[in-house]
Amino acid sequence: MAMLEVRNLQVGFDTPEGEVQAVRGIDFDLEAGDALAIVGESGSGKTQSMLALMGLLAENGHASGEARFRGRDLMKLSPGELNQYRGAKIAMIFQDPMTSLNPYLNIEKQMIEVVMHHQGLDRREARAHAIEMLRAVRIPDPEQRIRQYPHEYSGGMRQRVMVAMGLLCEPDILIADEPTTALDVTVQAQINQLMAELRRSSNTAIVLITHDLGVVAGLCDRVLVVYAGRVVEYGTVEQIYYQPRHPYTRGLLASVPRLDAVRGAGLNAIPGNPPNLLDLPAGCSFRQRCAEAFEACGEEPALRDLGDGHLSRCHLEPEQ
Amino acid sequence: MTGHAGILRHAIQRLLGVIPTLLVLVTIAFFLIRVAPGGPFDAEKALPAEIQANLNVKYHLDEPLVQQYLRYLGQILTFDFGPSFQYKDWTVNELIGEGFPVSLTVGGLAMLLAFVVGTVIGVTAALRQNTAVDYGSMGFAMLGISIPNFVIAPLLILLFAVFLGWLPAGGWDWSLNRMVLPVITLALPVIAYVARLTRGSMIEVLHSNFIRTARAKGLPERAVILQHALKPALLPVISFMGPATAGLITGSVIVERIYAIPGLGSYFVQGALNRDYTLVMGVVIFYGLLIILLNFTVDMLYAWLNPKIRYDEKR
Ligand SMILES: Nc1ncnc2c1ncn2[C@@H]1O[C@H](COP(=O)(O)OP(=O)(O)OP(=O)(O)O)[C@@H](O)[C@H]1O
Ligand code: SF4
Ligand SMILES: [Mg+2]
Repeated sequence: MAMLEVRNLQVGFDTPEGEVQAVRGIDFDLEAGDALAIVGESGSGKTQSMLALMGLLAENGHASGEARFRGRDLMKLSPGELNQYRGAKIAMIFQDPMTSLNPYLNIEKQMIEVVMHHQGLDRREARAHAIEMLRAVRIPDPEQRIRQYPHEYSGGMRQRVMVAMGLLCEPDILIADEPTTALDVTVQAQINQLMAELRRSSNTAIVLITHDLGVVAGLCDRVLVVYAGRVVEYGTVEQIYYQPRHPYTRGLLASVPRLDAVRGAGLNAIPGNPPNLLDLPAGCSFRQRCAEAFEACGEEPALRDLGDGHLSRCHLEPEQ
Repeated sequence: MTGHAGILRHAIQRLLGVIPTLLVLVTIAFFLIRVAPGGPFDAEKALPAEIQANLNVKYHLDEPLVQQYLRYLGQILTFDFGPSFQYKDWTVNELIGEGFPVSLTVGGLAMLLAFVVGTVIGVTAALRQNTAVDYGSMGFAMLGISIPNFVIAPLLILLFAVFLGWLPAGGWDWSLNRMVLPVITLALPVIAYVARLTRGSMIEVLHSNFIRTARAKGLPERAVILQHALKPALLPVISFMGPATAGLITGSVIVERIYAIPGLGSYFVQGALNRDYTLVMGVVIFYGLLIILLNFTVDMLYAWLNPKIRYDEKR
């Protein structure tokens, strides 16, 4: 039994126009110390699937499926029970560092409350621990800076604070939702390196959500490619990079200059747009944009095992 | 660090802005009441022309308007509002000293009640968004905002004084009994407004990313609300305290009349009816100053609660 087993995770949103099917069945396993990348275009359901695990969906959202963490299904926990996992066992770093910290509280307050709540440390111990974490993420002069407010920090420093905050309780899993998208390249590299170090030193499993396939190679060992709320390909970094099988994955890779992590490059390089999640077409959801589509694609392909744990959801693969 | 310098400079800037505001206020008050038809000694009919002229000389009403104005400006610089034209043997300062403690008590209690009850209702409605509690309290708030004081007062008097006989219909003796109805009358519209304001801002704050972060930390919902959401949600409410005071003062003029309370509002109405120039101007300037000072305090409080203003040197 893996540490985290996600099965048939689905997320929908009720809107005046109908139900947005944001996530339509995602499965994956995560062991301690694993580093899994979730990649896909904007709107493919990466963020919402992780928010669903954390019980953080917007009010109009609802989730189904299973997410068994050490045997307990997170999806079935009451808010009170879930709070024993959130922040303590599973931490999440959000996409937008500029708005994810509370602008009205200083960094100290926002950090110490986590350890005081989960580990019962007193204020002084909690503060010492928080300063230590800030130092670990290379915030200069942490004793002084911990008293400052978020707006006195740059975007990169805020994201490092978020990383430090996420790691305060030494969680088993750190979910990092595009932690570096808004940051400049050198800061990106620092934060990625930081996560790699922490993974090595504390055996924290990392789920890295990203647009950027360039970053994935350095940090992760397995990749989950999602499209329109579904897994379309899954494999090791080597499999995905050197033997990509799904036309969508190949499109993604073609749009990224290899070994070059400049953000903003690519991803739109696949012609066309993802399907409307309010009204999904029948058959393969990539069909409208797929250069290799053929008659069979009018039917939804299943996720097929290509051997060695490599999976692809495409009719080009032989049926088992 | 830079915080205190920042807030201090902010304070000085605001205080400097007070002076022109006050000058405008005094000027408008002075000329507006002179423009109104009638004079202070008109009511006392059959006053011999001679005496009328003497009175006018005594109170400098015979001088050109501009001269009177400058004289008045010089006078109020020493916080002397002059003698009342109507209440013989009383200065305006003495009348304010009589009436203001009464008004302050009623207004202060109303303010306290309004902000405490208003925020509690607002927060509760926000946390129970789209439930019966929410719709109920917001319906009540809508009603509270749209019904004016002079309608609420007779309704309350009818119910609690006439039918139920629980409370006196009016009068004043500093007993809590007689304060209840006027305080509620004054507070109701403010409660309603504060409740709506709080609800709206609380809902907005609850949707912000930093609240999601607080939840992701596994904090209990109570801590999320009290420690993360409440302060930002209350900021708009705090800035409303200035306008609310102005509203309460206006309301008190009516409410004090209805409940026969000898507050500053009652004096003001009497003064206006009698063309008691000095009394009316005195009350207007006094209340104006009060509102300005309160706005200033609220502004400082706001700046102090908001780290972005508190610590920003460039503002
Ligand atoms: N509250 C909501 N109501 C309706 N639809 C929503 C809501 N939240 C998200 N969605 C939709 O769900 C879909 C998946 O969103 P998600 O945030 O998971 O995308 P993503 O893969 O993280 O994209 P990005 O890379 O841009 O962050 C999107 O189409 C989005 O518009
Ligand atoms: S199933 Fe057909 S349309 Fe879908 S990706 Fe494969 S080839 Fe393209
Ligand atoms: Mg996202």
